[in-house]
Amino acid sequence: MIKKYRFNKEHLVRAILTVFALSSLLFLFLIFIFILFEGLPLFLKIGLNKIILGFKWAPTKDSFGIFPMVVSSFLVTFGALVIGAPLGLSCAIYLSEYSGKKTKMFLKPALELLAGIPSVVYGFLGVIYIVPLVRNYLGGSGFSLLSTSIVLGVMILPTIISISFDAIVSVPKTYREGSFAMGATKWQTIYKVIIPSAKSGILASFILGMGRAIGETMAVIMIAGNALKIPTSILDPLRTLTGNIALELAYATGDHRLSLFSTGVVLLVIIMILNYIANFGIKRKVLK
Amino acid sequence: MRVNPRFIDKIVKLGLNAQAFFTVGILIVIVATICFKGFPYINFEFVFSSPEDMGRRGGIFPSIIGTILLVMLSILLATPLGVGTAIYLTEYTKESRFTKIIRFGVESLAGIPSILYGLFGFIFFVIKLKMGWSLLAGVLTITIMILPTIIRTSEEAIKSVPRNLRLVSYSLSATKWETVTKVVIPSAAPGILTGVMLSIGRAVGETAAVIFTMGSSLRFPASLMDSGRTMAVHFYILAREGISMEKAYATSLILVLSILLVNIIAYYIMNRVISKYS
Repeated sequence: MIKKYRFNKEHLVRAILTVFALSSLLFLFLIFIFILFEGLPLFLKIGLNKIILGFKWAPTKDSFGIFPMVVSSFLVTFGALVIGAPLGLSCAIYLSEYSGKKTKMFLKPALELLAGIPSVVYGFLGVIYIVPLVRNYLGGSGFSLLSTSIVLGVMILPTIISISFDAIVSVPKTYREGSFAMGATKWQTIYKVIIPSAKSGILASFILGMGRAIGETMAVIMIAGNALKIPTSILDPLRTLTGNIALELAYATGDHRLSLFSTGVVLLVIIMILNYIANFGIKRKVLK
Repeated sequence: MRVNPRFIDKIVKLGLNAQAFFTVGILIVIVATICFKGFPYINFEFVFSSPEDMGRRGGIFPSIIGTILLVMLSILLATPLGVGTAIYLTEYTKESRFTKIIRFGVESLAGIPSILYGLFGFIFFVIKLKMGWSLLAGVLTITIMILPTIIRTSEEAIKSVPRNLRLVSYSLSATKWETVTKVVIPSAAPGILTGVMLSIGRAVGETAAVIFTMGSSLRFPASLMDSGRTMAVHFYILAREGISMEKAYATSLILVLSILLVNIIAYYIMNRVISKYS
């Protein structure tokens, strides 16, 4: 009797846990289905070209061009990377190669706390500090590509630091010792041995940082100025794909609302490509 | 002319030092600004009274309650689901195509930005399932959003439980489930808890996914079907619409302090685990 009871219970547990594990896939599936289901009809009705390559966004007058936003999203992401990548990589190198145990005990949690600060707070502080700085010293309104890139650059630091730190730490100790034994200085070792060995992990950290920057919303709509054109200088305001959704979703109806889901589809595709490269494309290279 | 490599070494070291402390400096500036500017406006009335005149006067009590309700209910749903998934992945299967697909799903969920969770929650829970802007729609959306964090940290925690503990349990003729509940989970509990705390931090600060699912009503969410406002959403509206800078600073102080507290607790638990196993 007892044996049979246990046997069944184990099976029940396994079945329940399998369902739990499948739930993540189900959620992913639902997210895809519902965003695609709402977003695709407009692509079919208006035409892929007219949406993705269209310049005019006037959703209440049947113009759904999001090309300026696609360009803007990539511009702020690139800008964030220009600021966040060198800073993040040097922090990771410092943490793994230079800092003592005590500094590390203090630095690592501090850097992780940066990741915990909500994006609205970053946006708010960007408005208080960065926007006036840009306005007073460089001109324009201050709500600009430059300000947005600076704030996003800081926001992606924790991602870049933690992932490239893991990559650098996992370089075997013998590599370092071999390099030192040949008379190389510390910087030569880092520059010629450690960074090339950790290259794929560092690259993955940059790409995941890009994913974070392109998907960031609340901070961006507070700082970017949200103008509907392609910025011609770093001091021009711009509107990103995420900003477009967040700014208009609350009151949009009909085709206008559908067009925001089309914006979401474009964003989803970009994000999935970036994540795929970071998680699979790069790791595969290491195995070879 | 050839520069002495040892000289370059010193310059680099100096530069890296400066960059690392610059980064910490950013954190200090953020926290210090919010503390100094927010502190003067914090008092008993601000924490325990309702906002008046769109938030220009009064306090933020309903949004504190809204935040706690949203976060607690989401954690209550996501923890069993996430820990269950982690147990399944580590204890009940071997690496196979099936687990790879599930891991791909988890990684993909983790990479989806919060605005897309907002978009999904809005169309699925709010509109298709007719929940309206409600606490329930917010809870379900946030549950899905924090699930990958809980799965990944729990998986790490469960993996780091020594294999011997399991073997001993099996040798005492315990079943798999008994081993999981009585040996593996208790040993992995601090690690799991760290993941839960980090998820709480993420949910407390979330805005984009919450504002389109839970809405932004200033009243108390009295039932699951009521709309409500979290602190992060309240802060966003105060700051963006320029309603009141004083109240915005004060709200951000309470918001950031609660997140710092949660993160510090998480870090403390994690450190205890690390020192226990090494």
